[in-house]
Amino acid sequence: MSSAHNGSSHPADPGGHAAAGAPPAEEPEAPGTLHELEEVLHHIEEEDRPPHAGPLANVLVALAVIVLGAAALIGSWRLGVGSPAAPQAGMWPFLISVVLLLLGLALLPLARRTADVERFTRTSWLVLAGLATMVVFAVVIPYIGFEIPAALLTFAWLRLLGREGWRLSVIASLAVVIAFYLIFVVALSVPIPHLF
Amino acid sequence: MDLAPILNGFAVVLEPTNLLYCFLGVVIGMLIGVLPGLGPAATIAVLLPLTFGLEPVTAIIMLAGIFYGAQYGGTITSVLLRLPGEASSVVTVFDGYALAAKGKAGTALGIAAIGSFVGGTVSIVALSLVAPLVAGFALDFGPPEYTALALLGILLVSTVSSGDRVKAVIAAAVGLLLAVVGRDSFTGAERFTFGNLDLADGLDFVPIAMGLFGLGEILYNLEERHRAAQAPSKVANVWPSREDLRQSSGAIGRGSVIGFVLGLLPGGGAVLSSLAAYAIEKRRSKTPERFGKGAVEGVAAPETANNAAATSSFIPLLSLGIPANATMAVIFGALLIQGVTPGPQLVSQEPELFWGVVNSMYIGNILLLILSIPLVGVFVRILRVRATILAPITVLITLVGVYTVRNSVFDIFLVIVFGALGYLMKKLGFDPGPLVLAFVLGALLENNLRRSLLLFDGDPAGFLTRPISGTLFFVFLLVALLPLIQSLVNRRRAARRDAHRDTKELV
Repeated sequence: MSSAHNGSSHPADPGGHAAAGAPPAEEPEAPGTLHELEEVLHHIEEEDRPPHAGPLANVLVALAVIVLGAAALIGSWRLGVGSPAAPQAGMWPFLISVVLLLLGLALLPLARRTADVERFTRTSWLVLAGLATMVVFAVVIPYIGFEIPAALLTFAWLRLLGREGWRLSVIASLAVVIAFYLIFVVALSVPIPHLF
Repeated sequence: MDLAPILNGFAVVLEPTNLLYCFLGVVIGMLIGVLPGLGPAATIAVLLPLTFGLEPVTAIIMLAGIFYGAQYGGTITSVLLRLPGEASSVVTVFDGYALAAKGKAGTALGIAAIGSFVGGTVSIVALSLVAPLVAGFALDFGPPEYTALALLGILLVSTVSSGDRVKAVIAAAVGLLLAVVGRDSFTGAERFTFGNLDLADGLDFVPIAMGLFGLGEILYNLEERHRAAQAPSKVANVWPSREDLRQSSGAIGRGSVIGFVLGLLPGGGAVLSSLAAYAIEKRRSKTPERFGKGAVEGVAAPETANNAAATSSFIPLLSLGIPANATMAVIFGALLIQGVTPGPQLVSQEPELFWGVVNSMYIGNILLLILSIPLVGVFVRILRVRATILAPITVLITLVGVYTVRNSVFDIFLVIVFGALGYLMKKLGFDPGPLVLAFVLGALLENNLRRSLLLFDGDPAGFLTRPISGTLFFVFLLVALLPLIQSLVNRRRAARRDAHRDTKELV
């Protein structure tokens, strides 16, 4: 019964606390307050995502921000800061770097509590593979034009990253290249390097 | 109020090209709303290169159409699949899906479309009245006011954004730093270019937005487990009954107002307003237990509000030159590319652009109403297109598109780098929105800060003695310090509650 007492003695409490303490026989209700709705939204967004990382990852993130802030601080100091009356090129980046550094330090004590860093799992290799296809595309496009790398990129994304069937992957990648050729080269005559 | 420029605006909209691009925009918006994966900010970013050859009015009419069109489309997947296409349609899931389960999917979609139309239209009318007033007020703003306004805008967007506040402000700070790269316009010194010639002119907005929003989102989605979409092939009876309309009319009215007001606030936007509208409807209702089990108001309120907010968030952009959310930041960038600087002088100096874009929204909303009620079946069929097929096409559009802007392979590498950064940011809990917003405002902020310091002979106290900039800085401090105060109060309250509970348990 203590939950009911608690609920009535603190009218300012969001409904969530009272509902959490309510007897389990009651049906779960749709969330009502703004705060609860935001949490549900967060939950729905994370449903299909990899699990959270531990505090160590949070500390590493904070350290990365601190290092970035410190590097920018040194860089802008070298540009010359000047005085408020006669600011030099480094003044503005110097101010931002200080803020960045302080915020990075502020992340450190929060490392135990935050749970918004995702763990890198085996699926993260897919992302690296995806990035690799793009880099290859950018490297070879000045030499052999966009057609072959575009077809290969589409095929790799469909077959390897998307696990589509062989036939669909081959047909779709050819169709995409033909469509791109017609739109960018024939219709818009964009000066993109092309073979044909 | 002078009506001539408004009527001229309609003449601009009714030009065949503009009508065509308005239609194109809302259809694309509706499509990306239906297809889970890319949001409106990402889509607009990816399509930026396409707008280069267009007139400024035409370009912005299309991009705006994508934004508010997405609010309509997001509803369809929320109702039919329990999979929100857009974040602003998440609350619609509760009652929309419950209605669909009862076989009333058509009712939910119809009410949402009508609510969206009403919310959008009310918001456009209010926008036409409010924006010129705000712009007139802001015409006297000098460098100190702009400094304060830009700082406050960036801070508000960061604090209201989804996820950790500290991390959002960090993202904004990084955005400001990136804007510094290149030749300093005051002293001519090269800053953070590392001797690279491609960086001397500074980082371009297009690869940053395309990379962070477009590629970043696609890469991030690669790690998602794909749920098979089981869309019903037919949705019957989209016209809501008179009873449903009567029941939701109050929710639509209140949703319009809530959406309009929250859309005005930097960082407010469509997501927050849909949540607030739902919460208020539930609290006001005499039968709150119906919510979550298929209450029509639970669909009408958030869908009306998110559309009203999408429209009213154009006000800060078009009247002050301050984008209120990530999507507006991309549209800000698109305007800059077109050689138009959004700000208070826009209404008077570019009336055709201003009223053309505003009035195009009436047409766009009518088109969307037509698209979403009789043609809903077509969009339901599109749900079967898999994300795995769209991803490589979007990647190619991005890589080829960014090249066409300056015919530069360097830009392709840049977009890939920012794609990787966007993925890492999302992975590590940083919202990329504040970064892009801060980047787009960075140069303006620095210029105004340095001009203000010249004005004040180097005395920063000058910001506080001018009434408007002083007030804005006071609000800035309040927003910056509020979370600290809040957590202190919460901690004290929690401690007191624990003490209270302990004594009670002893009894």
